[in-house]
Amino acid sequence: MQLSGNQIEVADVAARTAAVIASHAHLEGPLLPILHAVQEEFGFVPTESLPVIAEALNISNAEAHGVVTFYHDYRRAPAGRHVLKLCQAEACQSMGSDKVAEMVKSALGIGFHETAPDGSVTLEPVYCLGLCACAPAAMLDAEVIGRLDAEAVDEIVAEVRR
Amino acid sequence: MTPVIYIPKDSGALAMGAEKVAKAIETELKARGETARIVRTGSRGLYWLEPMVEVLTEKGRVAYGPVKTKDVRSLFDAGFLSGDQHHLWLGKPETIPFLAKQTRLTFARCGITDPLSLADYEAHGGLAGLRKALAITPADIVRTVTESGLRGRGGAGFPTGIKWKTVLDQVAERKYIVCNADEGDSATFADRMIMEGDPFVLIEGMAIAGIATGATKGYVYIRSEYPHAVVAMQAAIDVARKANVLGTAILGSPNAFEMEVRVGAGAYVCGEETSLLNSLEGKRGIVRAKPPLPAIQGLFGKPTMINNVISLASVPVILDKGATHYKDFGMGRSRGTIPIQIAGNVRHGGLFEAAFGMTLGEIVNDIGGGTATGRPVKAVQVGGPLGAYFPPSLFDTPFDYEAFAAKDGLIGHAGITVFDDTADMLKQARFAMEFCAIESCGKCTPCRIGSTRGVETIDKISAGIEPAKNLALVTDLCNTMKFGSLCALGGFTPYPVMSAINHFPQDFAPRPVQEAAE
Ligand SMILES: Cc1cc2nc3c(=O)[nH]c(=O)nc-3n(C[C@H](O)[C@H](O)[C@H](O)COP(=O)(O)O)c2cc1C
Ligand code: SF4
Ligand code: FES
Ligand code: FES
Repeated sequence: MQLSGNQIEVADVAARTAAVIASHAHLEGPLLPILHAVQEEFGFVPTESLPVIAEALNISNAEAHGVVTFYHDYRRAPAGRHVLKLCQAEACQSMGSDKVAEMVKSALGIGFHETAPDGSVTLEPVYCLGLCACAPAAMLDAEVIGRLDAEAVDEIVAEVRR
Repeated sequence: MTPVIYIPKDSGALAMGAEKVAKAIETELKARGETARIVRTGSRGLYWLEPMVEVLTEKGRVAYGPVKTKDVRSLFDAGFLSGDQHHLWLGKPETIPFLAKQTRLTFARCGITDPLSLADYEAHGGLAGLRKALAITPADIVRTVTESGLRGRGGAGFPTGIKWKTVLDQVAERKYIVCNADEGDSATFADRMIMEGDPFVLIEGMAIAGIATGATKGYVYIRSEYPHAVVAMQAAIDVARKANVLGTAILGSPNAFEMEVRVGAGAYVCGEETSLLNSLEGKRGIVRAKPPLPAIQGLFGKPTMINNVISLASVPVILDKGATHYKDFGMGRSRGTIPIQIAGNVRHGGLFEAAFGMTLGEIVNDIGGGTATGRPVKAVQVGGPLGAYFPPSLFDTPFDYEAFAAKDGLIGHAGITVFDDTADMLKQARFAMEFCAIESCGKCTPCRIGSTRGVETIDKISAGIEPAKNLALVTDLCNTMKFGSLCALGGFTPYPVMSAINHFPQDFAPRPVQEAAE
């Protein structure tokens, strides 16, 4: 059996998940740090990781699943090579973030919560990056970008397609 | 003397290209065979001037901005290492009106010092509050905080000293300090700026809170949207631990206090204190019913002091300069200073720390300089996504907790978003409902279902379907949400919605068939 869209063996997932758990065992309330680290390890939280985590933390599978689905950050499937987050909160709205989003969507041919067919980029809305005095703002992978305009959008699109 | 060049690495400055500018300056120095010491700082908070680069000269610091990579060569040509004239020359930063008009208590060092240099921190007054706290009893620390009049800067405005007293009064083998650094409100970035620009002040504030309440462990819960703040806080904690500012013997005293950073996972509701505690425990971020108060039964069931970043970061200066010094700023029951964050469609956006009492109009027009687009101001939202929209006719409202409440608004975490006359207030009301629907923790029906119904109903008004009836329905929904929600997400979403309806009724009136787009 293999993971959808990914060539990782279940046994491998279990082993790597167990290693992540081991390095967080000393923490109080370790579930979120473990899930962050699992996502860092695999690029998403594999369903096959959950029973391993649940058993180690002595919680039910349903509980582990409930936590993963509650938080917007945890992915259930791999993202594109890049992740582009466009701020859609009020301060960015006041500077035309909706127009920027339209430009990006049409340039990339995808909507929010979608990944480009060539796997280059996943597009997501985000509600505030704390860059509200430099609106509209975005985050491309780990890079923060302020005062988005048509030119900046072109650069971003070129960057993710590279 | 070797010139010193200060370049911010605050994320707002990075978003405007500070990293590239830093590289260009390094390259230019090498090419010219000049030497200078480069110090990466936080931001002064004048975001329309970022990246703002400062040079230390014989006459003090001189600022230039906004600096683009293409300006770097001409800056050197103009002699910026000696503070000479250039079209980006701003003079002494303290004389720029936006800074000159501020009262910087909490943000005294932000943008000035190297955020990770403890020596810099101490040279600029750091650790003096902690030393004073170590010399008095926990009860006296709590009394000082109470007398300062400090109220929670996270939004609810609850007197900080009173909460601290409750935790101090609990007998337990373990207590916690939790710093709420979830800062999810649009238009707010004060917490981020402190964590990136002066993280030691938060560490000092948390250590003082620990000593005052008998808590030995502190968590900083930082939202995942703030990766730079996470890195800065973690690095600062390591430095503080090595220097015994944290650890088993704080500054050589018998007091112990440890700190750890935890990262959120993209849920706005986790800024609500009990939801945050659940999240820290590794659960879904569902809001808990109160009582029990977190101060009595909080994290892992233990007495827990949960405070906003700015509340905690304001404590060191209060201990250092005294309760009276702090309390003498402000008006009415709003004492001290508040870091106002001016954002959105505004000419001079940034962080403005001032005593309570300035009017909204002064902040938006005199300090903010009006809109960035140059068009008339239509509305300003104060207090984030749960805050009301104010029209210019209410610009005489003074920045004060009670004055805002009297106008059916709130200060919240003190973020202000300016909108020009192209804003559509129906769209803003719809977004408030939509945001509530996206972020609801799901515990209460009015919040979970009401917000979705709100979106649908506003869409009907927009489409001209029975507008009067549907407007009444939205008002009804808002009442149900206001009175039937457990927390302020469902409970306060009516503020932006109803203020939009009440102050801008024309935007909810039946619309003429789609006019040509502007
Ligand atoms: C939906 C919701 C979101 C909140 N978000 C934050 C936040 O991001 N940061 C914060 O400090 N307080 C936030 N609060 C307020 C906290 O519940 C709590 O009042 C605060 O952390 C107490 O600290 P303080 O007394 O120092 O303000 C939020 C409240 C609600 C209802
Ligand atoms: S009002 Fe909304 S967010 Fe708050 S507890 Fe109820 S359902 Fe959860
Ligand atoms: S609202 Fe977009 S960065 Fe804050
Ligand atoms: S979480 Fe309780 S209603 Fe869904």
